[in-house]
Amino acid sequence: MKSSSTMHARQRARRPQHALIALVVTLILIALGIGLSTWQFVVVVALSKGLAALGLVLLLRCGLVSFGQGLYYCAGAYAVGMAMSHLGIRDLVPLLLLATVSAAVIAALLGVLLSRYRDIFFAILTLAFTMILYGLLIRNPVLGGSDGFNVQSPTFFLLADGALSRRTMFIITAVVVGVSIWAVQRFLATPMGRLGPAMKDNEIRVEYLGASARRNIFWNYTLAGALAGLGGGLTSFSIGHIDPDLAFWTTSGEFLFIAILGGTRNAYAPFLGAIALELIRSLAFQYVPNSWQIVIGVSMLVIIIFLPGGLISIARLWLRSAARGA
Amino acid sequence: MLMLPAAIIDGIMYAAWLFLVAVGLTLIYGVMKILNLAHGAFYTLGAYVAATFVGFWLAGDYNPYYSYLLLLLAGVIGGLVLGVLVERGILRRFYKEDQVVLLLVTYAIFLILEDVVKMIWGVEPYVISQPYGLLGSFNIGLLYYPNYNFVILGAAILSGVGLALFLKLTRPGKLLRVVIHDREISMALGINVQRYFLVTFVAGSILAALGGALTAPTISVAPEIGVEVIVLAFAVIVIGGLGSLPGAALGALIVGLVRSFAVHYFPEVELFSIYAVMAVVLIVRPMGLFAAAEPRKI
Repeated sequence: MKSSSTMHARQRARRPQHALIALVVTLILIALGIGLSTWQFVVVVALSKGLAALGLVLLLRCGLVSFGQGLYYCAGAYAVGMAMSHLGIRDLVPLLLLATVSAAVIAALLGVLLSRYRDIFFAILTLAFTMILYGLLIRNPVLGGSDGFNVQSPTFFLLADGALSRRTMFIITAVVVGVSIWAVQRFLATPMGRLGPAMKDNEIRVEYLGASARRNIFWNYTLAGALAGLGGGLTSFSIGHIDPDLAFWTTSGEFLFIAILGGTRNAYAPFLGAIALELIRSLAFQYVPNSWQIVIGVSMLVIIIFLPGGLISIARLWLRSAARGA
Repeated sequence: MLMLPAAIIDGIMYAAWLFLVAVGLTLIYGVMKILNLAHGAFYTLGAYVAATFVGFWLAGDYNPYYSYLLLLLAGVIGGLVLGVLVERGILRRFYKEDQVVLLLVTYAIFLILEDVVKMIWGVEPYVISQPYGLLGSFNIGLLYYPNYNFVILGAAILSGVGLALFLKLTRPGKLLRVVIHDREISMALGINVQRYFLVTFVAGSILAALGGALTAPTISVAPEIGVEVIVLAFAVIVIGGLGSLPGAALGALIVGLVRSFAVHYFPEVELFSIYAVMAVVLIVRPMGLFAAAEPRKI
């Protein structure tokens, strides 16, 4: 009895810390980015991919493997590109909102269907959907065909006119990521967020408890799509070019790798995974230029065998031992 | 006027090729319940081994007709070596994991093999088109087709019928069906399931490599050919029902005809149409056309 009441007290005390930790992580990211300006671009790309992987984390926590997260990443990026060239919107905030909402709407529509599928069939159907988008984009001259098209730099309403500098773009990305981490951490603490791992363990028992597995998957899937759309929108700004390859199944495979590398324990993990992947990739390109996929594949197998919790489990152990030492 | 027969013939030819590259995938899934993403890499490797063998043979002044034998040999040797290495070296350690984890494991193997191919053969494409042209061509009215198409058609029919007869009539084939039906019971009956897994995986790898080897003369062999093949093969076996042999044949026919009609009538929807059909089949019949419904286990 006593231990359970202290646990509750501890949880209550911990809750407001989410915002604080997310804020500190964001500030550290910004400081690092400004300090190490050569890595700014790499980190921005990693963070945008991390947002898509964060969506996958939500699904993986429910025991679902999606091979189609690239669909929403691509949808977000194309929403930004099309709104810029066809609607003439240049401001970053409405563009990102549009990217997130359009990806969420597609995810909600497909989520109604996908929430009936599990295991390998979920993986295959998500793969089919992303390949459908790829097939549509690659033969559509209005949307740039297989070459895609360029995206201009956005403006930001708080700042004077003119395109955003790389550093400002970096700070905005870090803030968006910080807010997303905070929001997802809050979501994971809600009953719906907590049901995810329960469904992974035993879906039928979750239904016996009176919860709807399908509804739960629907909302997790929609949220995952929205996060990927946001990441896609940010990518289109930082890279400045979008093409149908964003929806090809290997892009989704990369997100899956990031999610597994980082771990699925909390919302910080995929960003750790994404930054680690970009570091591995940069180093591999430097030292073994034609075999970085070997490095990726081997590290994936090693993680699955030796570190099922992902890199975040190392970080946790390290933090805990540091706390014990202090 | 020639559109319709052209579309049908192209569709059937394409279906034969699809069946050839997909049959190994469905065999492996049927027995081992592993959806093998590395299948695409086996295909690529088969094509490269074939390109090397045939290129070597044609560089010397030997009888070019033997190059067909070399294509077969390339598929068998490539698939055999790779299949044994991958099953014994990597896959075996993961059998206790979930199906979706195994999907990720085969994805990792796929990535590794893609680079192994680049390390051995480089990134420049190889072209060995002589076997393709050597057999001449036939025509139906104004439509000309290389006779090499019959090699692919023959290989597809032989592998499909051969596999079906093996499973139906021979003793190891019947035992394999027992393993497919219930892995644990067959272990209890004293069947060496591990060995059947190895043999199945190697057989599936050989079929994939053979598909690549026989395709090699018709394309320019480049490192990225596997990425596209794997999703096509997925579409084929998913439409038919994972693990079903007649399902794979039907899936290949559907995808082949759909693509060929799209190419002839609405070329801009070619890729889209294949995956749209796959999605529609999955939506209407989640397990595919030929798979029996499975009861939900608690």
